[in-house]
Amino acid sequence: MLFEFDHVSFRRGGAVVLEELSFGISEGTTCIAGPSGAGKSTLLRLFNRLADPAGGTVRYRGRDVRDYDVLALRREVSLVPQLPALLDGTVATNVSFGARLAGNAADVPTALRLAGLDEAFADRPAGRLSVGEQQRVMLARALALRPKVLLLDEPTAALDERAKGAVERTLLDLRARLSLSVVFVTHELAQAERLADRIVWLEAGRLGPDPARVPS
Amino acid sequence: MIAAIHITLGQVAATLALVGIAVAVSAWQRADLERDIGIAVIRSFIQLMAIGYVIDVIFEQDNLAFVFALLAAMVLFGAITARSRARKVPHAFWPLLIALAVAGATTLGLVLVLGVFDPDARYLVPVGGMVIGNAMTAAAVALNRLGDDVTASTNQIEATLSLGATSTQAIHPIVRRSLRSGMIPLIDSTKTTGLIFFPGTMVGMLLAGAEPVDAVRLQLILLYVLLGSVALGALTSVLLAYRNFFTPAQQLRELPGQGEDMPGAS
Repeated sequence: MLFEFDHVSFRRGGAVVLEELSFGISEGTTCIAGPSGAGKSTLLRLFNRLADPAGGTVRYRGRDVRDYDVLALRREVSLVPQLPALLDGTVATNVSFGARLAGNAADVPTALRLAGLDEAFADRPAGRLSVGEQQRVMLARALALRPKVLLLDEPTAALDERAKGAVERTLLDLRARLSLSVVFVTHELAQAERLADRIVWLEAGRLGPDPARVPS
Repeated sequence: MIAAIHITLGQVAATLALVGIAVAVSAWQRADLERDIGIAVIRSFIQLMAIGYVIDVIFEQDNLAFVFALLAAMVLFGAITARSRARKVPHAFWPLLIALAVAGATTLGLVLVLGVFDPDARYLVPVGGMVIGNAMTAAAVALNRLGDDVTASTNQIEATLSLGATSTQAIHPIVRRSLRSGMIPLIDSTKTTGLIFFPGTMVGMLLAGAEPVDAVRLQLILLYVLLGSVALGALTSVLLAYRNFFTPAQQLRELPGQGEDMPGAS
């Protein structure tokens, strides 16, 4: 099992956001789906310890995530947030940022290609890109770390239909080319069924009636 | 030789005419500052009169223990005052208290070691007050900026943490901007000293009849001392305070007032 959630709860300001979640996901592409406000993004942040649950245990490859070195865990289980949040500087500076922190050289051209961007983007200022291009640079930045699991929070929420289709094709391409497991969040069931091997359905912080169903 | 000058309460009262102008402007423009102006005038009168008598006693006693007690009180009240400007920073009091103590002790210690001033209440009390007061302003501005920027940049910080960055690495751009915010006002006023405005110490010495060259030299000493204290105050407060935004597991803590807008709220 790649991840196991064992009676996991999460509270914010005293309010229950996630309640007693127990489920497991295996390698491949998993979608966390559900309506807005269901707790999907909060759940995603528990995978690589951007937050810790108030109760219960999250296990990665059989070990409690709290037993891992947190920085190493985040390089191995890398999250791309919903909104682009690039640093000042060029695209190359951004793509190589995480790898540089780990003391490694980043393969910027390969990361850009995998994210569906031309290598020529490397020298462009990050601040002058469109939202769709920035989202792809965020993806390239995560891929440059050579993660084993990629966490994507609403990867197409800020995009128009055309850009959304392109990002979906990129994700399918990534799955075909890399031995990479992907966990992504969406509120669109149709997108979940197009991209995922299995769907975790969340409603008001609880699992839906068929929590780990396989898309038809 | 500085000639002693005597100021009567009547002369002080006459300057209230200028305060009247400030109140009139506020009322005319409906700036709603009349009450604040009134409080500022009354507080400054009471506080300065009180500290005047305290300083008078300390000068007469000429005992360094009293001097240090007064400076410690200034550090304490400075930290309490600055905390109100840093409401978005969790537990800001201790970083501010330590920052003001470090700024005061280091700068006063250095000027004594370098022989700039004698260890005398007549020097230590006014210079210490200026050092702590300016460090307080710088630390308050820096932490105010720190709180605003962290609140506005939670997405950026968490995106950086997601790449395996430590909290120090994730918040570094914000720390840099906060330090600049705290230090730039004094640096700018130091740049324009003598051109656009005359600083208070120099004006005071000139009014008291000192030679202009002596007034300028003392002012230069104080400006350079204040640059050091402001840098130390801003740096120490920011470096201690930013840690309060994070858990030991390099997670951004939930900030007060944050709910559905924060990343991962859905």
